[in-house]
Amino acid sequence: MKNKMDACTNSLKNSINISTDWVLKRFPMSKLWNDHMAQYYAPKNFNFWYFFGSLALLILVNQIITGILLTMNYKPDAALAFDSVEYIMRDVNWGWLIRYMHSTGASAFFIVIYLHMFRGMIYGSYKKPRELVWIFGMLLFLCLMAEAFMGYLLPWGQMSYWGAQVIISLFSAIPVIGEDLSLWIRGGYVISDATLNRFFAFHVIAIPLALLILVVLHIIALHEVGSNNPDGIEIKESKDPWGHPVDGIPFHPYYSVKDLVGVGVFLFFFATIIFYMPEMGGYFLEHANFIPADPLKTPEHIAPLWYFTPFYAILRAIPDKFMGVIAMGGAIVVLFLLPWLDRCKVKSIRYRGGIFKKAFVLFIISFIVLGYLGTQPATPGYTMLARVFTAIYFGFFLLLPIYTPFEKTKPVPKKVTHESSVEEDYTALVEAFDKMTIKQEPVKTSWGATITPVKANTAGIKQVLIQLAKKLKESLD
Amino acid sequence: MKKIIYTLLLLLPISVFASGDIRLQSVDIDLSDFEAMQKGAKHYVNYCLGCHSLKHIRYKRIAIDLEIDEDTVLAEIAPEGAGIYEQMHTAMDKRDSSKWFGTTPPDLSLIARSREPDWIYSYLKGFYADKSKPLGVNNTVFKDVGMPNMLWKLQGTQTPVFETVEGQEVIAYIKLTEPGTLSPDEFDTMVTELVNFLVYVGEPSQLKRKTMGKYVLLFFIIFTFIAYLLKKEYWKDIH
Amino acid sequence: MANEVVDKSKRQFLTTALTVVGAVGTGYLAVPFISQMQPSARAMAAGAPIEVDISRIEPGQLIRVAWRGKPVWVLSRTPEVLEILEKDTAKLADPNSANSKQPGDSSNNYRSIKPEIFIAVGLCTHLGCSPTFRPETAPNDLGDDWKGGFFCPCHGSGFDLAGRVFKSVPAPTNLEVPPYRYITDTQIIIGEESNKETAA
Repeated sequence: MKNKMDACTNSLKNSINISTDWVLKRFPMSKLWNDHMAQYYAPKNFNFWYFFGSLALLILVNQIITGILLTMNYKPDAALAFDSVEYIMRDVNWGWLIRYMHSTGASAFFIVIYLHMFRGMIYGSYKKPRELVWIFGMLLFLCLMAEAFMGYLLPWGQMSYWGAQVIISLFSAIPVIGEDLSLWIRGGYVISDATLNRFFAFHVIAIPLALLILVVLHIIALHEVGSNNPDGIEIKESKDPWGHPVDGIPFHPYYSVKDLVGVGVFLFFFATIIFYMPEMGGYFLEHANFIPADPLKTPEHIAPLWYFTPFYAILRAIPDKFMGVIAMGGAIVVLFLLPWLDRCKVKSIRYRGGIFKKAFVLFIISFIVLGYLGTQPATPGYTMLARVFTAIYFGFFLLLPIYTPFEKTKPVPKKVTHESSVEEDYTALVEAFDKMTIKQEPVKTSWGATITPVKANTAGIKQVLIQLAKKLKESLD
Repeated sequence: MKKIIYTLLLLLPISVFASGDIRLQSVDIDLSDFEAMQKGAKHYVNYCLGCHSLKHIRYKRIAIDLEIDEDTVLAEIAPEGAGIYEQMHTAMDKRDSSKWFGTTPPDLSLIARSREPDWIYSYLKGFYADKSKPLGVNNTVFKDVGMPNMLWKLQGTQTPVFETVEGQEVIAYIKLTEPGTLSPDEFDTMVTELVNFLVYVGEPSQLKRKTMGKYVLLFFIIFTFIAYLLKKEYWKDIH
Repeated sequence: MANEVVDKSKRQFLTTALTVVGAVGTGYLAVPFISQMQPSARAMAAGAPIEVDISRIEPGQLIRVAWRGKPVWVLSRTPEVLEILEKDTAKLADPNSANSKQPGDSSNNYRSIKPEIFIAVGLCTHLGCSPTFRPETAPNDLGDDWKGGFFCPCHGSGFDLAGRVFKSVPAPTNLEVPPYRYITDTQIIIGEESNKETAA
């Protein structure tokens, strides 16, 4: 009996082996797998900030699948579009889930991409030899913005309509050809059925194709030069006798299992939004967009979706139409130029000079404040504020070539440093909590458990805060 | 460095959905109270459906979601002659309405998503007598409203009490000067039921998604936990 | 790299556990994705039962109505036709409709509740073309044996005026009779069975 079963499994194994061989002789499956997963050596000190690349890929897959499903019921027709979205939300089986996955995915995409870019900036991942990785990434960001902008017209609500109207009118600011250009983009004198239909075509096929190609290029370029790391050193410079980087570990299984943890945590938050707050207080789905597009009536307050607001605020801050458009475009162009604006040889912010660190903090603050201002009505006070922060935004980039060649950097280690794990962070947090509190007498609760109540320890809190401030100051020097 | 960024992220404002300087009364929405929503549906058909359609909801959907059988929906909620598969269309001719009110009354399927529930509640309660207006009424949250107060028989007549702020006469509050057939408490309940129904109609799937969400989140907790154990196990190799 | 002994069985167990949990999750996610292609509430509404007024159909006349988007024939048959249907069963593949689809109260020779009123889904059981109504006797193109019926132009299947399929044609079974019932003598509701259970 047992022999028979063994024979059976053996013959099954054999046939699987034979067919695998057949494929492998004709397609470089194992080579691809080794080059990009099992034999791709990544630095072993990746931290929290390194989750967002794989998460972006996950969201891209989500957007494509849910997008295809939405296309099956959506109608790109000015007379039908709004109702077809509500049809999806109500009459189509599970349509609401698919639509929320898509709409939440759009915002999540930008959250993840912004954090991914932030990572690139703090650890100098845009620097030599990764300039092309950065350029492909920026092109991806540009495509993503186009994709989101065109996709937002499709529900054909008031915000879709007037948002598109405002943004396309920007093109008319370009001298000489502007008017004709915006007419050509719209296919009419205002946003119309023709605009909706062509945006649909771009949104569902043209730009997604470009996105996919760019993702492939981004990853190929990255895997050619190897991943950067929080210490900003090249792990390829010190290799073991087998030719593998000493500080490198195979992406699979180490980072594939680690990324799965990231995926789990991300999907937890993603699902929380989908199931409990799909509108995200009007940030992910704007309230006015539940009113069908009305070409005769502009909503009282138009704001683009949150992910465009920093650039929108820059646009509004400039008192001249054409210059405003230039500034908005410039805000993205300077990001493209970052690898050449920054002349410092040291990559990671950990070992860079104090000026850069402080300038970078100011840049992040300006980006967030501009993002907030973009959601608000343009009052004189806010406009003034937007101008100040626009100046800081550009100041960060344009001053880089001046001071970075002479930056007082810290010594960069030869090997990657220790990266604290979640467990270590947790222990440190518990210690800090213990310091800030005083334990009281244990008491028995009504349900029989024994708990130790704690009291705030003013001296301890002070101590912890001082330590924190000191660390903060240190990290900025 | 990390810490600064975390603090900055926390500073991100949570809500920009401000409703201006209008004071809104808050309404207690309970989407588990099917009875209230059924009553709200009945009120809607009686007082609103004459002009405002709810073209994105079918009677059958109401029957399923609010757990009543189809015959009851047709007999007690739907207007005479409506079919169970039909959407809640209005009987009024669009041209007539344009003639009477100068505009076609909007469809209200999504009113609870474009306006807050509190706004609808305050609006429905905010009508007051104003002789200067063509319909004889005005509204505290919707100035110069072009809609008559459909509920005035039930609510009674409200008259504004003015006060002078910085040399300008503004409404301090409105008070009931002529009682209607319902007491103020009964009327509040009725309007709450109506708003409750409209919130449900705005997004019928919300009943389902909130109950489903728990299981999905539980799933991701389990998934993440196992993934974490696996990661920890593999990373024992790394020193 | 590894100084400690690697606990392979634990890794194997956790990998399997995560794969199983992941597969379950993917399975649950596939349910909405697949069922979104099922008929929507609107499609269901379009599939709702329809009422047909038969008071104005002349004997021998056929009217077409749409039910669930399909053509449904309502044919008023003359006594002569009924006689032919009764006798002329030799050439039929399934004269007693044993292998065909019809509600219980139409399981008779006429395949209808009332003999004179015949109701059928006008789609050939072969590949779904709509057969043409050919009530005439012995037309040129159909031969001398033709005593009135339905002829499918796509692949040449023939049916008699009770929708019963002839022998040696591609169509495997008789035309489908939908569930229907009489509300009054002249009002029929198609899509509901006589015992008022809505047809699935």
